[in-house]
Amino acid sequence: MRRSDLGEFEEVVLLAVAVLTPKAYSVMIAEELERETGQTVSTGAVHAALQRLEQKGYLSSVLGEATAERGGRRKRIFTITALGGRVLSEVQAVRTRLWDRIIPNVRLEWS
Amino acid sequence: MKHPKRRIAPRLADRLLNWLVAPHLREEVLGDLHERYALRVQRQGETNARWRYWREVLAYVRPSMIRRQPQRYPTPTTTTMLRNYLKIALRNLVKNKAYSAINIGGLAVGMAVAMLIGLWIYDELSFDKYHQNYNRIGRVMQSATFEGVFGAGSYMPIPLGNELRTDFADEFTYVVMSSWNKEHILAYGDRKFTKQGSYLSPEAPDMFTLKMLRGTRAGLKDPAAIMLSASVSQALFGSDDPLGKIVKIDNRLNVKVTGVYEDLPYNTEFRDMTFIAPWDLYVSSEAWVKQAQDNVEWNNNSWQILAQIAPNATFDAVNAKIKGLRVKHVPEVAPYKADVFLQPMSRWHLYTGWDKQGNLEGRIQYVWLFGIIGLFVLLLACINFMNLSTARSEKRAKEVGIRKAVGSVRSQLISQFFSESLLVAAFAFILSLLLVILALPLFNEVADKQVGILWTSPMFWFSGIGFSLFTGLVAGSYPALYLSSFQPIKVLKGTFRVGRFASVPRQVLVVVQFTVSVTLIIGTILVFRQIQYAKNRPIGYDRNGLITITMNTPELHDHYNTLREELLRTGAVVDMSTSSTPATDLNSRNGGFDWEGKDPNFKVQFGTIAVTHDFGKTVGWQFKEGRDFSRAFSTDSAALVMNETAVKYMNLKTGSPVGMIVKWNGKPMRVLGVVKDMVMGSPFEPVYQTVFLLDYGWAGVINIKLNPAQSASESLAKIETIFQKFNPGSPFDYKFTDQQYALKFATEERIGKLASVFALLAVFISCLGIFGLASFVAEQRTKELGVRKVLGASVFSLWSLLSKDFVLLVAIGFGIATPFAYYFLSNWLQKYEYRTDISWWIFAVTGAGALVITLLTVSYQSIKAALMNPVTSLRSE
Repeated sequence: MRRSDLGEFEEVVLLAVAVLTPKAYSVMIAEELERETGQTVSTGAVHAALQRLEQKGYLSSVLGEATAERGGRRKRIFTITALGGRVLSEVQAVRTRLWDRIIPNVRLEWS
Repeated sequence: MKHPKRRIAPRLADRLLNWLVAPHLREEVLGDLHERYALRVQRQGETNARWRYWREVLAYVRPSMIRRQPQRYPTPTTTTMLRNYLKIALRNLVKNKAYSAINIGGLAVGMAVAMLIGLWIYDELSFDKYHQNYNRIGRVMQSATFEGVFGAGSYMPIPLGNELRTDFADEFTYVVMSSWNKEHILAYGDRKFTKQGSYLSPEAPDMFTLKMLRGTRAGLKDPAAIMLSASVSQALFGSDDPLGKIVKIDNRLNVKVTGVYEDLPYNTEFRDMTFIAPWDLYVSSEAWVKQAQDNVEWNNNSWQILAQIAPNATFDAVNAKIKGLRVKHVPEVAPYKADVFLQPMSRWHLYTGWDKQGNLEGRIQYVWLFGIIGLFVLLLACINFMNLSTARSEKRAKEVGIRKAVGSVRSQLISQFFSESLLVAAFAFILSLLLVILALPLFNEVADKQVGILWTSPMFWFSGIGFSLFTGLVAGSYPALYLSSFQPIKVLKGTFRVGRFASVPRQVLVVVQFTVSVTLIIGTILVFRQIQYAKNRPIGYDRNGLITITMNTPELHDHYNTLREELLRTGAVVDMSTSSTPATDLNSRNGGFDWEGKDPNFKVQFGTIAVTHDFGKTVGWQFKEGRDFSRAFSTDSAALVMNETAVKYMNLKTGSPVGMIVKWNGKPMRVLGVVKDMVMGSPFEPVYQTVFLLDYGWAGVINIKLNPAQSASESLAKIETIFQKFNPGSPFDYKFTDQQYALKFATEERIGKLASVFALLAVFISCLGIFGLASFVAEQRTKELGVRKVLGASVFSLWSLLSKDFVLLVAIGFGIATPFAYYFLSNWLQKYEYRTDISWWIFAVTGAGALVITLLTVSYQSIKAALMNPVTSLRSE
């Protein structure tokens, strides 16, 4: 599995989907990311990332129910696929391994 | 509080998104945005939220959002769906065979009629365009107003031609003197033929831009030359080279062939000019012409002058300059407003006459008439087509419902119905082409034309295909646009009802159809009545077994008595005489008559015909009073016989003219008798005042009365042997007088025949339409009829119920048509002096006929529907 096809934003979005399941759709994800990062995240960007992820097979989607705020429009609910979960844990494993190899002194200097 | 705020999410941004974002993403995208907007309004207030909203919208401007999803059903680049439409259309046509036949057949007939008329009009309008100088050639004419009546003619004096050529050299490129196109005998060795041709000035071939097959256009510069048309050359010389060969004209003039030109096409004025001889030859060979030229006779108007104006000149400008030429040289014609003018070639064919006020008229009327008829027939066919297709299409509401339910979108239904009606229109177009090909030979014969389909003309294809497209689109527009708007749920549930007024346009169209048809029928009946009326007119002589032979060689003039005796001896001939003109053609009118008691201001003009003693017995004229010429009285050489009209014209106080003296150019002549009027000119006009005088020298034709006891062919064979003896140099050509007389009706009969064919077709098309509509209505009301029958309605009452509507429509159409027809036809009849009246029974018969035809057409369907067993009609479903 080539990891290069998972961009940083995509990775975050994929994670957010995993966090928010079973209520993961673009508005929720964008809001979540905004809250977590403190930066403005547009639904458009999230939506595009979700599309790409779905295309790559990390996510699957169904149309969910409509609400009044949405003007009676349905939302697209995303769930992470088995492949998506594996990719995420792989990425996490790589990160953890790398983190673990950092000398404790170096880490102190930053904080 | 939340709701009103949500409402005001920026509309413009939404619209932008709707337009930008791919349709399959619109729902989730807009939903997301609105939800987020609502959240933001709560959190940050409206202004901020709106601002953020716009930024959000812009974030969607990225290819992955804009790119449209590929259609789940591929667009018909593979033509799958089109093939399906075609299949459905064909199945529909095959399923309703009768309708399809009526629909396609009716439209095809209409288009064929329009095409034929179009070709006819094209031919009429392109008359003479074969000549490249078409726009600059003109015929010199003179007009005069005589007793308040305008008249114009192209008989011109020779000196005028010379004057135009010398004094107006700047205005004219060519001035061509011309004799009248007449029959002459052309002989080469023992081959001899009677052919029509003219004597023309040497510039004529250049002016007419003749296409030379052999020789050059300069061939007439030699006065002893002749130019032949290709067909004459073929007849005389076969495939041999005719150039330089010597041909004999009228048994006396030897000329050398200097050129062969392509036959002039049938739609040219000079199509009968099969050879051209030089004008100078004409002058030198005819003493009276030479005399007119040498003595500068301005008063002898016997020839034609044709001219081509200079490139920078206009007809109006030239006319203004030459207008007064005749009055200048012949001052005594000044009181008659005698003007000289040029009639452009573009006017020769379609504007051949002037009415009494001097307004141009002529065949252009027929061009208009047929153009209008053609348009109407086409209109009828279109109406039919539209009526039937819309009526039928209502039956397909269910199909529309199902198609929509399984996923057709409106644009697909529209294109389906359009492709269907275009297919039918295309079938009709092809069929109409076939019909035209089949009908053309007959049409050409009736219309005296040689037209063909303009296979190579883009205009023809453009108009034909354009028209088919137009009809298809118009006829298809109702089902395409209206039916496709149905809501599938209503249609399928059965609650769908066509509006009350849906049939109103159809009814209006039926009324229009019958108005046109009835008008055409009335017109046709009247044309034929007018022809019959003129045919029944007493003509004053006996044309049965009467033949005329043109005297065009000198031999015949010298042997009158011996020829007559020999002919009588054969027993094949009752009598023989000569006369200046045949009995069917009065072509000489003269003034200069005087008698005792004549008002000196009365400018008289009589038709003058020279005859021999035996003329009366040959043609069988009938004396009202007095006696015929007789060899017993030598004084009869200065005597005349006149017709009844002449007596009335002279307005004598004494009553009978018999025995009185009439002077012609000073020569006294005794009136021997009065004959009943003989119709020599147009049978639609009053008989002209005519005098007959004895002159053996002034003879143009030989009249022979065949023996009725013998068969005509045997008699003719005997006569021919005698003619060969006296006149070996010329072929034996004769004309039957009754045939010549019948030719006088040719124009009217042609118009009548064409009009009747078109009227019949119009009625046929209308009936097709009404038949289709009736069957449609009967089908729609099947259930109603079943219920009515169960409740005790009789077949007759059902029949009248169904027929009533149509009868009413036809009656309305008839009511509109009557005043129209009356107005137009009484105008048409005005131009005939001798005319029938428009009697009421013509209208009555037409009305009754239309009614009967309608009832017959409708009854087939309505009786069928009325006889249907209610069990079957009510059980269905």
